[in-house]
Amino acid sequence: MAAEGQPANSLLLAVGQLTKLFGTFAACDGINLDIRPGEIHALLGENGAGKSTLVKMLFGVLAPSSGQIVWQGQPVRITSPSAARKLGIGMVFQHFSLFEALTVAENIALSMDPGVSLARIAKEASDLSHAYGLPLDPHAHVADLSVGERQRIEIVRALLQNPKLIILDEPTSVLTPQEADRLFETLNKLKAEGRSVLYISHRLEEVQRICDRATVLRHGKVTGACDPRQETPSSLARMMVGSDVAHVSAEGTSSKGAVKLEARHLSAVARTPFAVALKNICLKVHAGEVLAIAGVAGNGQGELFDALSGEYPVASDDVILISDKPVGTRGINARRLMGAGFVPEERHGHAAVSALSLSDNLILARSQSDRRAFLGGGPLGLIRQDAVKKAAKRISATMDVRKSGENPPAGSLSGGNLQKFIVGRELDRQPTVLIVNQPTWGVDAGAASRIRQALVDLAKSGSAVLVISQDLDEIFEVATEIAVISEGKLSDIYPASDLSREKIGLLMGGMYGKTETAETAHAH
Amino acid sequence: MGIFEAMLLTIITAATPLVLAAIGELVTERSGVLNLGVEGMMVMGAACGFIATQVTGSPYIGILAGIAAGALFSLLFGFLTLTLVANQVATGLALTILGLGVSSMIAEPYLGQSGIKLPQIVFPVLSDIPFLGPVLFKQDLIFYLSIALVAGVNWFLFKSRAGLKLRSVGDSHASAHALGINVIRTRYLAVMFGGACAGLAGAQLSLVYTPQWAENMSAGRGWIALALVVFASWRPWRIVAGGYLFGAVSISQLYAQAFGIGIPSQLLSALPYLATIIVLILISHNRRMTLINTPASLGKSFVPDR
Repeated sequence: MAAEGQPANSLLLAVGQLTKLFGTFAACDGINLDIRPGEIHALLGENGAGKSTLVKMLFGVLAPSSGQIVWQGQPVRITSPSAARKLGIGMVFQHFSLFEALTVAENIALSMDPGVSLARIAKEASDLSHAYGLPLDPHAHVADLSVGERQRIEIVRALLQNPKLIILDEPTSVLTPQEADRLFETLNKLKAEGRSVLYISHRLEEVQRICDRATVLRHGKVTGACDPRQETPSSLARMMVGSDVAHVSAEGTSSKGAVKLEARHLSAVARTPFAVALKNICLKVHAGEVLAIAGVAGNGQGELFDALSGEYPVASDDVILISDKPVGTRGINARRLMGAGFVPEERHGHAAVSALSLSDNLILARSQSDRRAFLGGGPLGLIRQDAVKKAAKRISATMDVRKSGENPPAGSLSGGNLQKFIVGRELDRQPTVLIVNQPTWGVDAGAASRIRQALVDLAKSGSAVLVISQDLDEIFEVATEIAVISEGKLSDIYPASDLSREKIGLLMGGMYGKTETAETAHAH
Repeated sequence: MGIFEAMLLTIITAATPLVLAAIGELVTERSGVLNLGVEGMMVMGAACGFIATQVTGSPYIGILAGIAAGALFSLLFGFLTLTLVANQVATGLALTILGLGVSSMIAEPYLGQSGIKLPQIVFPVLSDIPFLGPVLFKQDLIFYLSIALVAGVNWFLFKSRAGLKLRSVGDSHASAHALGINVIRTRYLAVMFGGACAGLAGAQLSLVYTPQWAENMSAGRGWIALALVVFASWRPWRIVAGGYLFGAVSISQLYAQAFGIGIPSQLLSALPYLATIIVLILISHNRRMTLINTPASLGKSFVPDR
């Protein structure tokens, strides 16, 4: 509907019936998309909707199976990234295409005309980065830079080509709210210069804030083209997901019971040179509470999870208490036997062994804590396959795990379905304490809402739940209390209703304000 | 000629094949390919270099034959690991075993023949400098080549755009591919450069070190060269330093025996590997060093998803 009434040659880019087949599977199926000069255009969709495949075709990384691409009125074939750059298309990848071993200038040089000297590239990159408010040292090694700085390199690299269209793939997924604001300013500057931006995201709030138009993809097809500012988040979500996403309700979880999980001045040295040390962390989770710990990646979340779960026990017993019993030096199984459950961040290779079946993964996690149910033969410890398979089936049914076959290998499940199984594996025991790290990382919206509801329900039934997450939407959906971790230090714990996104952003930057009272809420 | 000078000359002769094979493997590894077949390519170069010299009477043709043999043999490795995406470690080991076997077979008729030694190239005036002159300016072509190659590789990797591309392929092949760099072609060229250098190192053994053919005459030098690349933490000039250090160690075995010094020769021949282990421990302790110097996709196969 958006293209109607527009003469084709006034469009910057018009994509018609673009299709990409992998075997018989259509990752993109007859996509139509048009981009006008000087607009920020959102490409919305869940994981696996075909967004990345589409932009890879626009940038010449993948060859389309059929369909056409019209650039400034001319049909074109984009056969390689350098061809795309010559046309005036720049790309900022989601997983940065940077080389850690090289300097900033060398990284940029790789995508530039080979005739330009490294010294000139360094100079231009430095000038340009300052002009757009994204300062960069061209001689720094990428290995030494933060995630936000790495993204700047990508943006500066794209801008140095003087592109007419810049494609950004999920740019804010790695940024703090403040860093994201800075990015939005840069994008508006680009728009003011008459450049167009194709902005890929699944964050509705952002899209509504900065995008002029949106195209929504689902299962490789366009399911909507709209002005995001005229839509509501739920109408956008409906286009993305296809049905209404169940709204997670955290009501009725605020009744506080006894303290079930406690950390008293928990400190831990960094185990490796690039890990984060935990510094004097104090927290209490009561029965019926969901405490969410927010923070930007790499601020000690993994280390905190390891200490609390017992994967790496700490030196002294009484810094960690589960149901008032000191457990600091105990291992993970001892803590499980006391009624705790744990879901680590990495699905593959940490929470589950990809090559093993679901039932085998179940017994791996619960062979000690549910010894009586799953093991027979006394000291021999023979696995009672029937009982294990029955439990795996029960978990799949309660969590709505969609899988091929009765008991497939964990690796064959999609990310969302495997995550539902892994969370369900712990919930099945009705743990009194549940600790989860990044429960819905890279999971589609339907599965994410199912998992979040399950966490909320567990707390309602009287358990203490600790959620470590980088996703603020998730945190506001599930949390009754919120704390922020930054450089291994934990902020005070605030009731969720007292915190705004801005306040959390400040805490993420390490501004604790231990004594000041929480600002009045203006989150909603 | 003093004993010290004689010792230095033998060290140079012992170190040159190590430097050559290692600088080639360094380029291969910088592109992200781990070729454990250095020993096999080297012994093929030794055999073919010797045969060609005996047939034509010219050790220079022997050098070319050695280079060609190493490059062709590495092409087999490239085809298996880059085109057919076979496991690099297993293929490299197979290449070594194959090379030892094939070289013994084809050079069997030449066993025991005395070969033609590669003549020295004497720089007038410079070679008259006391002590340094004969050591540095009265050497064979392969020695000069080895130093030129190290300088050339250092310039290529760190100053040229093509070298930057090669390093980027070794650091992250997926990112390099996304930038439009031809990963497979880059790796083929790097593998063949490595093979050519290993072949040249082999030719040095059968034309300079001991001008004759003997089975398995590479005698583990290919493995030392592999260790040397790690020892040098993938920096070209450190290959020279390490190569001469390892060469000196291997020569000191002979002198220790001659002077009746009671160090077990086995311990001395293990020294290069011990040194490499120490370097490995040191660099793995420094994450920044590792990130900046180690090719991050070393040994990983690349399959473009086109």
